[in-house]
Amino acid sequence: MTVLLDLEHVSKFFPVGAGPNQLARFKRRLSGGPERLPKIYAVDNVSFVINKGETVGLVGESGCGKSTLVRALTRLVDVSDGSIKLGARELALKPARVFARDRDRARIQMVFQDAGDSINPRFTAFDAIADPLRRLRHVRGKALKDRVEAVASQCGLPSALLSRFPHQMSGGQRARVGIARAIAVKPDLLVLDEPTAALDVSVQVIILQLLQQLKHELGMSYLFVSHDLSVVRLLCDRVLVMYLGKIVESGPARAVFERPWHPYTQALVAAVPRFGGAATERLRLKGEPRSPIDPDQNVCRFYGRCPISASDCKTRAPALRRFGNRHVACHFAEEFVVQRISPGL
Amino acid sequence: MTTAPALRVQRLSVEFRTRSGIVRALDNVSFSVRKGETIALVGESGSGKSVTAYALMGLLDPAGRVTNGRAMFGEIDLLAASPRHLAAIRGREISMIFQNPRTALNPIRSVGRQIADVLVRHAKVPSREAPLQAIEMLRAAGITDPARRAWAYPFELSGGMCQRVMIAIALAAKPSLLIADEPTTGLDVTTQAVIMDLIADLATELGMATIFITHDLALASQRATRIVVMHAGQVVEHAPTEDLFAQPRHPYTAELIAATPDSAANLDDLAAIPGLLPDLRRSNLPPCRYSERCPRKIERCAQPLPQTTINAEHVVACWNPLPVHTLPKRAIGAA
Repeated sequence: MTVLLDLEHVSKFFPVGAGPNQLARFKRRLSGGPERLPKIYAVDNVSFVINKGETVGLVGESGCGKSTLVRALTRLVDVSDGSIKLGARELALKPARVFARDRDRARIQMVFQDAGDSINPRFTAFDAIADPLRRLRHVRGKALKDRVEAVASQCGLPSALLSRFPHQMSGGQRARVGIARAIAVKPDLLVLDEPTAALDVSVQVIILQLLQQLKHELGMSYLFVSHDLSVVRLLCDRVLVMYLGKIVESGPARAVFERPWHPYTQALVAAVPRFGGAATERLRLKGEPRSPIDPDQNVCRFYGRCPISASDCKTRAPALRRFGNRHVACHFAEEFVVQRISPGL
Repeated sequence: MTTAPALRVQRLSVEFRTRSGIVRALDNVSFSVRKGETIALVGESGSGKSVTAYALMGLLDPAGRVTNGRAMFGEIDLLAASPRHLAAIRGREISMIFQNPRTALNPIRSVGRQIADVLVRHAKVPSREAPLQAIEMLRAAGITDPARRAWAYPFELSGGMCQRVMIAIALAAKPSLLIADEPTTGLDVTTQAVIMDLIADLATELGMATIFITHDLALASQRATRIVVMHAGQVVEHAPTEDLFAQPRHPYTAELIAATPDSAANLDDLAAIPGLLPDLRRSNLPPCRYSERCPRKIERCAQPLPQTTINAEHVVACWNPLPVHTLPKRAIGAA
């Protein structure tokens, strides 16, 4: 398998206390306190690859850094540290503003969460889909019109709808415009940020099947960000589970959801409502996640909320370790691995 | 469980007057909730779930009008009660958890005071004791460090915590009926599970009847003893949860189950529901609003909707219901 995108030790920090809190900063400087501002560790030393033609799911609760990671790898924001390689080319060093006009910009495209909010309300569907073609591929005139209509019909949008504005379309139609806009420039990697979160189940099915079909037709790789595990299970080959800026578990989607190894993944899977089962599995997470501001690098991020929370967990943060085709960041991974692998135990 | 209904809704119809015509939002909606029971109203957006809740609470938009029906809460018809009478019941006997806690809470009042307000107004708590009791309510809603959090404003709290505050407010006066309108939409699954546990535990503790409104069929299947399925302002099927999933009789219920990702082993197994919701402004709406997208439509469907009773608990509004056991096996809890 060929590697399409390779992330190594990617981090993104946001300083806090700048901006509105200038006075506090000034006072601290006067009193000879530390100059350094505290930082939010939104993404902390994350490494993974996306292969050609692969669908990778990224799951985790809100505030875990999914969106920041996605913005970093689509090069909408600059990273604080680490390397992002698209094929052989290093992208992390290019400022986001410069990358916006880069020749490789078209190779990574994104479908945003709420198509209603991410389409310019003053653009018709045609303009929305034509915009990236004009800017990134410099297509004009008849060729532009043909390309927009071809992409629209590929996404199941009748050409009569192309003259409509976002508010004149249904949620499903807007989702199709969002997808058509992203695939118009023939990207290699399509990043989908909760593309069906705002849709009803009946429409969601159609959009998911459309995405599956487009992938077969165009041979793109997908990075599918979602908190809906049942959708990730159906669509994705591999899944990454994120918690407070770190990847805590990764592996084949089906295996991870059937036998989660990390305690966080276990709680996540247990929390997904299922048909037929009463909510008997009382594996519940207590309290709130730890603070992402200057976290202690020697404490496991899940410590305190984790049902294990052993003394080891607060003196030594677990690294992401490999078990076959899966990775888990937990000191107690072996117990789960052995327990789950050997039948009857 | 006692069998006395806490609330019995009969043939509730609601219309909205809009510039582009009259929207017939609810058409003869009937269901009941027993004391201590949790039922779920499920359906896609536009099916009339929230309008039902707002109509019961007397909180309909001024453009909306109840054109027919009764909602008996004990001896009181909620739809005919005077606004003053209703204001005394709301918050005390019946309360509601709104979908988006951040917009439902008062942004310029600390959460502790908002709970204290309800205690003073509805639970007859002396205003001097209310703040302390409010802190206890926050603790009961599972908020850590409640004495400090009581002073927080909604914007300072996470979505899950705001929802806990909403729950504390809704349950402050120990109501006998709770309407929870999508209480966990927009929350993470981990938070959702905790919040739903909390509502269920408190409901059991207080012996409260709960109407739980959701679009998540799987969540409803876990949390409700009976499910009312709505489509385009009509109740299409009403059944105990197990029966509904083991044996859906209305074609729409079966389609809805087959469209839910939890039910499928892979993506190709999922089936989209053909057609669209009918435009509720039309004057020529058919008696069965599903009939235009229904694969099992027959001539009789042009007649007024039947209420076919399968057994005492299972009612389906269909002239040509699905025969027993036609649903592929995978949809029956094989997730």
